[in-house]
Formats: sequence, structure tokens, C-alpha cells
Amino acid sequence: MTKTTESMIHWLMRGLTYFIVFVIAYIIIDILWNGVGVINWEFLSGYPRQSGAEGGILPAIVGTCYLVIGTIVVALPLGMACAVYLSEYAKQGPFTRILRLAIVTLAGVPSVVFGLFGLGLFVIFLGFGASILAGCLTLACLVLPTIIVSSEEALRAVPQSLREASLALGATKWQTTYKNVLPYSISGMLTGAILGIGRAAGETAPILLTVAAFYLPKLPRSIFDQVMALPYHLYVLATQHPEAAKVRPMQYGTALVLLGLVLGVSLAAILLRIHFRKKYRW
Amino acid sequence: MKHRWQDRAIRTLLLGAASMSILIVLLIFFFLGKEAAPFLIKPGLSHLLGDRWIPVSFQKESFGILPLLTGSLLVTALATLIAIPFGICGAVYISELANQKEKEILKPFIELLAGIPSVVLGFFGLVVLAPLVKEVFALHTGLTALTGALLLALMAIPTIMSISEDAIRSVPTSYKQASLALGASKLQTIWKVTVPAALSGITAAVMLGMGRVIGETMAVMMVTGNAAIITADPFNSVRTMTATIAAEMGEVPFGSEHYRALFCIGIVLLLATFALNLVAQRVLKKYHMI
Repeated sequence: MTKTTESMIHWLMRGLTYFIVFVIAYIIIDILWNGVGVINWEFLSGYPRQSGAEGGILPAIVGTCYLVIGTIVVALPLGMACAVYLSEYAKQGPFTRILRLAIVTLAGVPSVVFGLFGLGLFVIFLGFGASILAGCLTLACLVLPTIIVSSEEALRAVPQSLREASLALGATKWQTTYKNVLPYSISGMLTGAILGIGRAAGETAPILLTVAAFYLPKLPRSIFDQVMALPYHLYVLATQHPEAAKVRPMQYGTALVLLGLVLGVSLAAILLRIHFRKKYRW
Repeated sequence: MKHRWQDRAIRTLLLGAASMSILIVLLIFFFLGKEAAPFLIKPGLSHLLGDRWIPVSFQKESFGILPLLTGSLLVTALATLIAIPFGICGAVYISELANQKEKEILKPFIELLAGIPSVVLGFFGLVVLAPLVKEVFALHTGLTALTGALLLALMAIPTIMSISEDAIRSVPTSYKQASLALGASKLQTIWKVTVPAALSGITAAVMLGMGRVIGETMAVMMVTGNAAIITADPFNSVRTMTATIAAEMGEVPFGSEHYRALFCIGIVLLLATFALNLVAQRVLKKYHMI
């Protein structure tokens, strides 16, 4: 290979990488550019009128918040407990192998299949109907592997010597975990929770089958009510609305709110990770 | 003594919480099977293998999933083909060629892509990409398999890139040093030593990317046009399995044949992603990357 071909290939690879960066930037800027004009107080705090063509998106924002909160309340304790078990208690053996297989399987299940599952188990079999409860439980199953994997990573980052010192002083396993491992990994586990929030907020297919209302301009009263949600609202406005091209500003506005929410959350997770990496350096 | 007792109780509690993951996987298989099984008894498995998907009809419904299967395969294959060069070159560039500062910016930025909700990407595809595809290829409509594949490639790239990068980084430095010491250039070392050594990890990355693509729902539903036809032409509209479930489940009567057929599609999807995952994990295990 001559020097010129060498540098040409180098530049080609750099070009391919930066092309992706360009596309991401283009998508974000396109939605920001077209959506920012729509965002005002009325849009954020008003109720939709004329099947979403006018008015605001408050019920969708509230619905998404409820779904996310419910999901985290269910998935976070479960995911953290599972991660603690895997990193502190589990021994090599068939059970641990099966558990790990289950987690990677869960991570690979398509979101629409989670929707079918939620429909079959929560909506129909347990009789919750299309409701916030069914939606939250379905989303909790979906974000569970995300939370487990990142929480376990955080636990494993705590040096083994801390545990050994504590155990050598006569502390039990749980005392060691509770006093010497969890305090140093809780921030990393939080990052996992935040990633889970981002995922839960953006998913559409599972809530489509278990909770989301097409058009429901009021706020939910109980966990057995249906709600609107931002991703589904965007989908409905963009594809089901009879005059989809006319309500484009509303679509861009909704897309911007959703994107802002999800990216804001992931950005928070990234910043948090950087912050704590600097704080605890073993 | 009290502490020992407490320790046991907590251990059991954690074990119980951990077992939930296994329980959920079993429940997913069970409930999909439960809702789909009656279809296999009546009208029978052979009806699923037909080449026509006409779930609502005045004369005779037909639930052949072949057009949906080929639709999913076409979009997945195209998306993978598009994503591979970007994903692998990106991974090589970030792990071997970029300087530290570039690396610190590029990595999180591309991870950001994985965070964009698929419905937002679908919306972008509908409003920006589809008209572009229509114009560039002079088509009647921009809602084609190719449009879907382009969007899905975008979703597969972060997965392929980050797992490939891990694989490339885990190639022992001594390999590279040996190659460089023999007089090979940096690029020769990358393509003849590093990448081949990481090849199985990269293969696993591509498979996991494919798993993500085949299960993706909203973006494909919004931009592929949703025509249930058997075709290998990327400029045709296609209807994927995921889109069919998401679009039709809302309108089917509970317990009808159509409802059961949609659950059968769910099982096909579940098994396909499960198999892809299983093989990919086997490969990755060699690297101790899980």
C-alpha cells in the first residue's frame, strides 16, 4: 500500500464516521428548527382540540410522566435487587447461567412482543384492561434488563478490597453490601435508572397495545384509566390524522417535546456518569 | 445470631427478585403461546404458511404470513447491509484511529442515536427521508422498503458500533505490536490483524444489530407503506411482521382468528430474535464480554 492509498482509506473511514454524526445532528436540528416555533405555554399546558389539530398536548405529557414514574417504581427495586444478587451473592452455577440467559433474552425481545405479552397477561388475563397499570407493568418488564445490566456494572466497579476488609472485620455479607458496596455504587445504579426512564418514555409499540388512548382530552383519575402518551400521540398525528400535512407544526412540536425529554434524560445520565467517575477513582 | 438470620432473609429476598427475570421470560413464552395456540388447532398451521395476508374480507380471510415474513427479511437484510460498513468502519475509526479528544466526543454522540425514540425517527423518515427517496429514485411514493431500511440502519449502527468496538479493543496489543514490528503499516495492521482477530465479536455485533432491526416497529410502520406483498424489490412497499401486529391489534375482536394469527406472528418474531441473541451471546462469551 502506498502512502496515498493509506491516507485515502484513513479519510474514508473518518468520513463514514462523521457522516453518521452529521445525520444525527441533522435529525436533531430539523426537529428543533421546525418544532421550536410551536412550543409555547398554551401548547404545553392546553388540552388538544379537534382531534389534536389544535390546542395543546398536556394530557400526553402527563400520561407519559405517569407511565414513566409507574415503570420506574416497579422496575427499579426489582432491577437493583437482581443486580445486587448477581454481583454480590450469585455463585457460578446452572442457576446463575440461566438467570444471565434470561436477562439477555429479555433485552432482545422486540418491543411489540412485550406489547403482546402485556396484552395477554395484564390487560386480558389479570383483567386490568387497557390501563396505566397494565402499561407500567409492561414497560417495567421492558426496561428491567437495562437497569440490571448498568446496576451490576456499577456494583462491580467497587474494588474487591473494600468487601474483603469489611468481611475480615466480621461483618456479614449484607452488612458489607449495605455499608460498603451500595453507597459507592448507588450513583452508577442511578444512571441505569435514568437510562431506563429514557427508554420507557420513548417506547410506543408496548403502550399501543396496553394503555395508550387515541384521543382522550382529559387527565386520568386512577391507575385503571387509559392515558394519552407523547410517542403514541406523535404517531397518531403523523399517520392517522385525516389532514396529516396540515397539522405538521403540531407533529413537530410533539416530536420536539418527546425528543427533548428523552435526550435530556440521557444527557443527564451521561453527565452523572462522568461526574461520579471523577469522584470515585479507585 | 440475629445478623445471620437477617442475612439469610435478605439473600432469599434478592434471589426472589432475581428470579423475576426468569419468570418474565417464561411468562412471555407462555402467554404468547396461550393466545396463539388455538389458531394451530383451528384453522391449523398450514394456513399460516399461505402467501396471502387478507385478515379482513367479505368472502374469505386468509392469514398467510409469508408476505410479512419476506417483508421483514427484505427490510432487515437491506438495513444490515447498509449498517455494516458504517458500524464497522466507525468502530475501527473510534478505537484505532481517532485521537483521544475525538473519541470522547464521537462515542457519546453516536450513543445518543440509540436514545432517539423510534417514533421520532419514523416521523423524521416520513417527513424528510421519504420525500427524498421519492425524488432521488423518481418513484411514485417514498414509502418503500428502502426508506424503512435506511431508518433501521440508523438504529442498528449504534449497536453494531459499540459491540464491535469492544471486540476490537479486546484484541491483545501484542498482536498489533508484532504486526507493526514486522513493518506493516497502521492500516495493514488494522485490516489484516486487528479486524480478523476481532471478527467473531464483530459478527456477534452484527447479529445483535439485526435482532434490533427485525423487532423494530414504529419506524418501519410509518415509512414502509405497509403493502402485504411478496417482493424483493427495495423500491416496493412492504409490510413487516412488527408493523402488522402494531397496526392491526387495536381493531381485532378479542379471541378471533385474526387476533390469534397476530399472536402467531409474535411467536415467530420472538423465536427469531431469541435465536439471533443466543448465537450472538455464544460468540461473545468467548471474549468474556458479558
